[in-house]
Amino acid sequence: MNLFLIAVGAALINNYVLTQFLGMCPFFGVSKRMNTALGMGLSVLFVMTFASAITHLFYHFVLIPLGMAYLQTVAFILIIASVVQFVEVYMKKTFRALYAALGVYLPMITTNCVIFGVTLINIGNDYTLLETIVNSVSAGAGFLLALILLTAVREKYDNHPDVPPIFRGFPLALFAAGLMSIAFMGFRGLI
Amino acid sequence: MKYAKLIRNGIIHENPVFVQLVALCPLLAVTTSAVNAVTLGLSTTAVLVCACVVVSLLRKLIPNEIRIAAFVLIVAGFVTIVQLLMEAYLPPSINEMLGIFIPLIVVNCIVFSRLESFASKNTVLPSAADALGMGLGFTLGLLIVGVIREFLGSGSVFGFELLTDPSSHMLIMILAPGAFFTLGTVIMVKNYIGTRRGGSRR
Repeated sequence: MNLFLIAVGAALINNYVLTQFLGMCPFFGVSKRMNTALGMGLSVLFVMTFASAITHLFYHFVLIPLGMAYLQTVAFILIIASVVQFVEVYMKKTFRALYAALGVYLPMITTNCVIFGVTLINIGNDYTLLETIVNSVSAGAGFLLALILLTAVREKYDNHPDVPPIFRGFPLALFAAGLMSIAFMGFRGLI
Repeated sequence: MKYAKLIRNGIIHENPVFVQLVALCPLLAVTTSAVNAVTLGLSTTAVLVCACVVVSLLRKLIPNEIRIAAFVLIVAGFVTIVQLLMEAYLPPSINEMLGIFIPLIVVNCIVFSRLESFASKNTVLPSAADALGMGLGFTLGLLIVGVIREFLGSGSVFGFELLTDPSSHMLIMILAPGAFFTLGTVIMVKNYIGTRRGGSRR
């Protein structure tokens, strides 16, 4: 039950993109075309799950016993960068089709704050390994969902003749995200 | 003279928030009040200036292939310093509000773009001036959004009550959607001024 609450909370109620403002750069940067949005969303989901699990183990079995918890920023960033590298190499060898689809987005993920943010939140909330994995998968799914929704709106309205020129592009995306954020606030009634 | 120009460039012509549209996560998340906005802006500026100075000093020693990793380490080091200093000297309420956005300065796009495009190619003083300009430009952007949201959402500016009647407060402005709407409106106004002036700029 607790795991279910964490999953619903991370994906919908406290959606990391729409209510906590993590991962804004890819959210607005790659939401112009649906296929790039899908590629980015899936890469984030993939890397976030691995990175969270590894940072969790590293924090509890290396940093804490050594009394070096203050190094978590440096350590986590390095772990995320190496996970991204590893995933990239592994994918290139085994899943060629997936690599072709996600390849260009993987390096960008190193500096994606949603990954780093979620690893920090997992530690801050004292989640167990299982809870960490559930939270990360749901957070990634929530990111994917929000990205797909925003992309659908932007594809439809960015070149619509009724939209005034000063409103096109960024302002339109921001207002669409704001309205989506209001809608996601409605999920609070779920729990 | 040259340095003043570099600083002004960061604040106005290449303002990271309104012109380059980068570093949106902290911009949207911490602007619920003007005080939070300025605190985060200045801590980012501090990290940016220190990191740019160090990278600029080491630019001939860092091999090109591992420069990103080196930049990450340098930035993460300074962020850890700022984080520990803030925990020690600032009131807990501010630390609680800024929360994970202090460690998240590490993955701030402004910091990386300045290290990569300016500090790794220039000498120390211009790099510091450029970093200071960009940092202040970022702080200015945070301040504008923060003041608008705080005024509309809780009727105060920098904590001073201006609208005392609670029914005139628009709660939505300090909640998540208000951040998107405020930034959207500010950029729209900027676009409008741009089209009025030059016509071609968007």
